[in-house]
Amino acid sequence: MSDAKTPGPDAPETPAGALIAPKTATSSDRFGALSRSTLLRHTLFALVGFGLLLLLIRLLSDYRNTQLAPIALTTCAAAGLTLLVGLSGQISLGNGAFMFVGAYTTALLLEHWHSAHGNLQLIAVFAAAIVVSSLFGGIVGVAGARLRGPYLAGATLALAIGLPQIVNYQHLSDKLGGNNGVVVIAPNPPAGWDIYRWRSVLCCAAAVIVLWFLANVAHSRIGRSLRAVRDDEISASLAGLSVPRLQVLAFVISAGCAGLAGGLLAVVSLVAGPGAFPLALSLGLLAAVVFGGLGSLAGAVYGSIVVTLLPQWSQDVSSALNIHSDKITNNIPLVVYGVVLAVAMLAVPNGVQGALLRLRGLALSRLRR
Amino acid sequence: MRTTRIRLLAGGAVLAIAATACGGSSSGGGGGGGGGASGGTTTGVTSTTISIGSTQPLSGPAAPGYSEIAPAAKAMFAYINSLGGINGRKINYTYVDDGYNPTNTVSQTQKLILNDKVFSIFNALGTPTHQKVIDSLNQQKIPDLFVASGCLCWDNPSQHPMTFGWQVDYTREGKILGDYVKKNFAGKKIAYFAQADDFGTDGVKGLDMEIPTSDVVARATYQPGNINIASQVAKLAKADVIVSFSIPAYTALLKLNLLKARANPQLVVSNVGSDPDTLIGLLEAFAKQGGATVKGSDLIQGIVTDSYMVTQADPSNSWIQLFKKVHDQYAPKLPMDGNVQYGMAAAWTFAEAVAKAGKNLTREDLIKAVESGLSPGFGIVPFAFSSSSHAGYTGAQVGIIQGTTIKLVGQPQTTDDTSGPLTPYTTPQAPAPSGVPTG
Repeated sequence: MSDAKTPGPDAPETPAGALIAPKTATSSDRFGALSRSTLLRHTLFALVGFGLLLLLIRLLSDYRNTQLAPIALTTCAAAGLTLLVGLSGQISLGNGAFMFVGAYTTALLLEHWHSAHGNLQLIAVFAAAIVVSSLFGGIVGVAGARLRGPYLAGATLALAIGLPQIVNYQHLSDKLGGNNGVVVIAPNPPAGWDIYRWRSVLCCAAAVIVLWFLANVAHSRIGRSLRAVRDDEISASLAGLSVPRLQVLAFVISAGCAGLAGGLLAVVSLVAGPGAFPLALSLGLLAAVVFGGLGSLAGAVYGSIVVTLLPQWSQDVSSALNIHSDKITNNIPLVVYGVVLAVAMLAVPNGVQGALLRLRGLALSRLRR
Repeated sequence: MRTTRIRLLAGGAVLAIAATACGGSSSGGGGGGGGGASGGTTTGVTSTTISIGSTQPLSGPAAPGYSEIAPAAKAMFAYINSLGGINGRKINYTYVDDGYNPTNTVSQTQKLILNDKVFSIFNALGTPTHQKVIDSLNQQKIPDLFVASGCLCWDNPSQHPMTFGWQVDYTREGKILGDYVKKNFAGKKIAYFAQADDFGTDGVKGLDMEIPTSDVVARATYQPGNINIASQVAKLAKADVIVSFSIPAYTALLKLNLLKARANPQLVVSNVGSDPDTLIGLLEAFAKQGGATVKGSDLIQGIVTDSYMVTQADPSNSWIQLFKKVHDQYAPKLPMDGNVQYGMAAAWTFAEAVAKAGKNLTREDLIKAVESGLSPGFGIVPFAFSSSSHAGYTGAQVGIIQGTTIKLVGQPQTTDDTSGPLTPYTTPQAPAPSGVPTG
């Protein structure tokens, strides 16, 4: 399809942007049971993907693993956001706040719950982080279901800015450590594992599970209902769907994913502090989603790679240029970030995933001719 | 359904490629691990260079003033390198910005160790920031020399054998300031203003050892980054004397808020929060933001503070002359203030430790060299360094801000970080050598 046909933002187009594409006639005959069971297929690909990631983690140096882990955990949050924005049609500028909730849940549980189970305990703690942030997401979702477009954007924006400052509230600052944050006491990696590789494994496993889960949700009845709500709320409710309930559910899922990302961030950076959750984080997540391709899980991966590496890369460039003014050096990353996103939006308005699909379409039609 | 599968796979593949694609650029700072004559670790050392790194607040709430420290240290290393370096090796100093944000400190420190492969961390700045990386540095056995903070937490040789303080710790400093307050402001109403972390807590601990608790009428803390301190100042304004363990930005905010509350108590400020030039700049900048005009230099006269180094109030001192020479030659754009002197002095001590560690430099040798004791350099009191103490300067001398310098009064005093007495230190300072520091 061409850009000229792209509908406005109120009715996001399906093929390039959606979590699922229309079924192609050929595939179901070729793979038998595998194509008939979505769950089985997703599980298989998740396992293969995780295997490849393990291989990659093994190959990468410690330093590169410290970059891979943030990419993977950003993927968790961005994938959750792409479900909210791309599939349910709601906007959130505040998913960093859900990460904040997840990070502090993780940090406080690890601080106060002493257990000898090490990494098993960590899994339980992450589960708790998901539950707590999902609950919080549910509350925000209830408010959000009453708001539309810019009002919802404004409300979630306020959340992203305001919530991390709760640590300075005088009755909580003892527990939450104020601006200095809470030191995270993470369990040691299993014997024989290097700490940086182990953190990468944790984050990549979480990312694969989140992608697997969301791919299944998108293919399920919930996914179809969410798309119906996104495309036309009135006709969705005429068809018997509870629009507010579905909208809240999208917030719950999205917040849960962000909460897990926050918990991982706390364990990777060994600190949960408000400084890790600036507004730029929430906006970066949205940028990742839009850059990768709204509503596309693969797009969330591309987007996360870009928003994680681009600031680091531009910082390296600015320090390599040896500019002696801190005012300039500190702002170069932001400028590069903005320029890349602006260029990407002009060149590939459907995101990276949209562009890739379009290229593939062009190539296929060329072949058929 | 094939599209979905391809997308999922493509996603994984891109993740893989992107991470490997950027994997080629890592070029370490020199020789890999192992191989020293004594069998120690020589990462970051070549026959002609030593790579060291640091995290510094080049932006963020602690940047005013403190952002000058690392460039100043770099200038001192440039001076030492121009004289041939230490044992034939030039010191390459890389410092990166953490914005005084602990999360950034962790990632930036990892980068220095894993990507830049530094030999040692040097003068990393900040209590709340550096506390987040101290365990991992020690686990990896990376020298963590002369942390730019006076927290007691750096002096723990059994748990953190690689970490050393440098400046006087806040508890010793609190005792010396407290002793001065007790003797000079007896019977006055005293109040404390402190940063809400180990910086403030350690300082107040020292103050409480000297000042009778009954004289303290108010205690308030602030969170760095949260610039509204009106409610704290409302509590403090009734005092005659306010002792403040604050970074410069909060010393300035305290003074301006007091001005607004029409209160003019005597301020007694920790060394790290009292650099005159920094305070003048901050007072005028903050007042301007609030739509007012103040003359910063008028507001700081008579503030009581302390110093463990010679100050620019004594321009004939050989160390101050060295400071001026390096400043004019290698960092003429930096101000001539206490922060710049601090950076140069810490760099000097580091160079001395490297010289003392000998020709076949290893990480283990560097630690041994510091533990065998170092000369005070710019300092007017000795270091505590030994195998049982990793604390830096053991005392300080009270000073009063006059003009734009700190005029030292009385005598330097040394003490410990517990209930030990304050002892006058009478050994005169050794003059600055003309060449590089020697072992």
